[in-house]
Amino acid sequence: MYPIADYTEARTLEEAIEQLSSNPGLLIIAGGTDLLIKLYHGKLDTVQLLSLRQIKSLQIITENGDGSISIGSLSTFKEIGGHPIVQQGIPILAEAAMAMGGPQIRSMATIGGNICNGIPSADSAPALFALNAILKLQSKEGERAIPIQEFYRGPGQVDLKQGELLTEILITPDNYQHFGGCYIKFSMRKAMDIATLGVAATCKLNGTARFGQVRIGLGVAGPTPLRCTLAEEYAVGKAVNGLTIAEIGKIAVQSAKSRTSWRASKEYREHLIEELTQRALTTAITRAGGVIDYA
Amino acid sequence: MPGPGNYLQNYGNAFKNGGGKMVSSLIGASLPRTDALAKVTGKAKYTGDFMVRDMLVGKILRSPYAHAKVTSIDVTKAKALPGVEAVLTYQDIPQNRYATAGHPYSLDPKHRDVADKTILTARARFVGDEIAAVVAVDEATAVKALKLIAVEYEMMKPLLSPEAALEEGAPIIHDEHGSNILNSVGYHIGDIDKVLQTADHVFDDEFETSIVQHCAMENHVSYAYVDDAGRIVIVTSTQIPHICRRIVGQALGIPWGKVRVIKPYVGGGFGSKQDVCLEPLNAVMTLAVGGRPVKLDLSREESMIGTRTRHAIRIKIKTGVSKTGKLLGIKIDAVSNTGAYASHGHSILMAAGAKFKYLYVFEAIKYSPRTVYTNLPIAGAMRGYGSPQLVFALESHLDNIARKLKIDPIELRWKNFNKEGYADPITGNKILSCGIKECVQRGKELIDWDKKKARFAKEKEQAMNWRRGLGMACFSYGTGTFPAGLEVAGARIVLNQDGSVQLQIGAPEIGQGSDTVFTQMVAETIGIPTSMVHLISTQDTDISPYDPGCFASRQTYVTGMAIQKASLEIKEKILEFAQKMIDVPATDLDIKDAHIVYKYTERVIMPLTEVALQCFYDPLASAPITSDVSHNARFNAISFGATFVEVEVDIKTGQVEIIEIINVHDSGKIINRQLAQGQVHGGVSMAIGYALSEQMLFEEKTGRPLNNNFLDYKLPTILDTPDISVDFVETVEPTGPYGNKSLGEPPVISPAPAIRNAILDATGVAFNQIPIRPQIAFEKFKAAGLI
Repeated sequence: MYPIADYTEARTLEEAIEQLSSNPGLLIIAGGTDLLIKLYHGKLDTVQLLSLRQIKSLQIITENGDGSISIGSLSTFKEIGGHPIVQQGIPILAEAAMAMGGPQIRSMATIGGNICNGIPSADSAPALFALNAILKLQSKEGERAIPIQEFYRGPGQVDLKQGELLTEILITPDNYQHFGGCYIKFSMRKAMDIATLGVAATCKLNGTARFGQVRIGLGVAGPTPLRCTLAEEYAVGKAVNGLTIAEIGKIAVQSAKSRTSWRASKEYREHLIEELTQRALTTAITRAGGVIDYA
Repeated sequence: MPGPGNYLQNYGNAFKNGGGKMVSSLIGASLPRTDALAKVTGKAKYTGDFMVRDMLVGKILRSPYAHAKVTSIDVTKAKALPGVEAVLTYQDIPQNRYATAGHPYSLDPKHRDVADKTILTARARFVGDEIAAVVAVDEATAVKALKLIAVEYEMMKPLLSPEAALEEGAPIIHDEHGSNILNSVGYHIGDIDKVLQTADHVFDDEFETSIVQHCAMENHVSYAYVDDAGRIVIVTSTQIPHICRRIVGQALGIPWGKVRVIKPYVGGGFGSKQDVCLEPLNAVMTLAVGGRPVKLDLSREESMIGTRTRHAIRIKIKTGVSKTGKLLGIKIDAVSNTGAYASHGHSILMAAGAKFKYLYVFEAIKYSPRTVYTNLPIAGAMRGYGSPQLVFALESHLDNIARKLKIDPIELRWKNFNKEGYADPITGNKILSCGIKECVQRGKELIDWDKKKARFAKEKEQAMNWRRGLGMACFSYGTGTFPAGLEVAGARIVLNQDGSVQLQIGAPEIGQGSDTVFTQMVAETIGIPTSMVHLISTQDTDISPYDPGCFASRQTYVTGMAIQKASLEIKEKILEFAQKMIDVPATDLDIKDAHIVYKYTERVIMPLTEVALQCFYDPLASAPITSDVSHNARFNAISFGATFVEVEVDIKTGQVEIIEIINVHDSGKIINRQLAQGQVHGGVSMAIGYALSEQMLFEEKTGRPLNNNFLDYKLPTILDTPDISVDFVETVEPTGPYGNKSLGEPPVISPAPAIRNAILDATGVAFNQIPIRPQIAFEKFKAAGLI
């Protein structure tokens, strides 16, 4: 059924990198929840697969000495959604992880695969954008670390060089400590669905009544996941009230590059961005210990 | 044969349970499904589970164009691929035109289904039409071979809507039919023009439903081979094994008896398998490879476009109403999009038009349907057979009227409900049991209609972003196809030596639970426990009695009559044999809990097994007991019901959440309460998708399917399905074998309009189209100034 010519499993990261550099034709498979679908639909010719599933070092979720949180690229959505470090430190990512697919898919799909596929609807992306995640990439030439925003180049295109593997996703403490966050996946079904829009909002407050920082990450609002920087800049120092939140929602639309497809119209998507940004931010404020003034 | 005294001596004093009533009625009991264990343990074998030696794989080359003529096909390269055993095109196959609809054959040629299909075609009529086929050693090779078939097409104008197909000068999709209108037979009762002219109010509305698909868990699948006697055997996931045999015979132009169809366990059909989709092609595939078994197993993507869909129908309604809210006359114009081939298209709007008129009293009805061929996938039978569409329009229309007249929607309906004794002026068929008012009363209480209505009205004044509303809708439906179709069913019962019986029927279990209720009927009627009824679940046209199949909510009713008849006959034969043994008149005997008893005292005479053994092995009187009957049902029982819904509408996003949904049914006497509830759960959840999310989408210009997969076709998941409440008003239907009438399809009919009406109540916005998807709701709310 699947046109798979060859399948090998690497035991260690080094072995995987070695094989990848000696055979540039190899295609990486992790959970396989995207790749096998592409194969099923005949979108790829016969492939040779290199599996990373046996590499234990890429499956670790840990909090480092400096308070940063490391997520191994082979962590599954189920592991991320249920992991105490994620749930306590960056619950918005747990929320996003559990919004993805159904139980079977979450048990197989990895966060690394979700990112490296480069699709704008990746459920992990809006939250990781809002968390300013740093991606660690390794190849024979060595390791490099780049912000996730720079990794996404275009629809289905990411900055993954030949012979390179995504090994770790890093969230530094200044990007999550004292933040409240909320991810809203807007889809036609409550499970087993692709997002019509994904909104991740995080915020840190000055006291309970003023915005310190606000971050808004959107999925399916353009060719790549994106941040609403105009709205974020507007928010800094503003009073936490209904009017500010409404304004942030309006400005968020300006950063989006929505288009009309048979799935949804541009007008509807933009309306959702405005509305759901407000809803996500409202919950994020409450979770950050803030009180919204609706007077 | 030993003398009667022996039996009386041995067993005459035996009492069961102190001599009281031995078995309470099995009719109405929530017996577990007979196949539950087999299914959950994986022992139940479905068509795809059979692995036969030397089995090959068949694949279909489908047209990428909605409307085109094949100008050349070159199969040389495909044939040359190692592992390819046969490549077939229309040139290799008899081009007998045949009808695919799963209706009983009619001796009257005028009443036969429309024969417009051939096995493979040189004229593509929709994206997915079957142009060529490959038989190969495995699926990967077959798929590769398909790509090697070179086809050249001459494009024709695709007609993707009834409007386009009806346009002056539009190409004719089936030349031999002469027109793109498949059927336009309607009816009228009374003088509609006069009624509309003199009515106090006349209301006009227009509604539209969308194309949806059955999405049975098991896709269409079959395998075929030629047996040792040279006959074609087809094992298939079908609702209609006997009809399937006839159609394969017709399509291949061979005697029907040369074909044998076997139906193992089936994972749902909902009407998509009340049609012959795969079997004729599968038969020619095996013939092309010398009779080796060939499996034809559709993918989900193929099943969604290559089998059948539900008709999208545009319905205009005009109703005359009196000042007091009395419905006077109704005029319905319906245009149905039947897709590329007739399938059931010619009869669906007729069936829907025949069934709705039992619900309300009208002085005059004019019903004008037009069913139109288009270059879209073939629409066929789907649960409700036209009624979900027509009832959506009718019940939405009534709520619009109630709103304009400022009457409570229940009150409007209450004034107009039909009742027992009504006879259809066209067919003479009568309502002999009618619980619609009780259903509405029950639903109204269960959902707390009056209190909630008042509360929501108050809340509405605050113009909130989340708004609650209540809605309801009613339906009437038939049981079986009589008088349009012949409703015959067969049942055969064979007594075993231990007093247990085999039951053979031609009516297939496809998941609905018919095997279980048949078992209950036999056990109850003969007087044995259900554990002593061995039902043969597999239908095999060589062995099973004739029965047209599983459709039209007919089985507990029509097949039930045959089963009752066969059970009574075998019981009579047993008692007659017992009379020979004990010299007590058979009329004074009965069977209770597998014992022969005195009819009036229920005092046990002997175990049933004694009679059974005797009838097998008596040196002189040996004559094993069987019964083998057919029953031709000449009635159609009308069932009723209503849905009550509470919704919460998220005005800003257009999303609708169902807070509570209740279906109350009058299906006569309920045979198995738990299974009946299961039917209602399934039907309501199907209808929720129909109302809110499901829709097959096609590229506007080319007719290419956009969402023929489960990611993009929004079938609700269990998380999208609210708790569904079910209740029954148990009338007694005098023509039903056990007082029962239809329940298979009815649950799917009224939820969509009830949901639509609840949204109207919540928002004041009247939707005239389903599904009410969030984006469509957003657009309407915006236009109404709610956003």
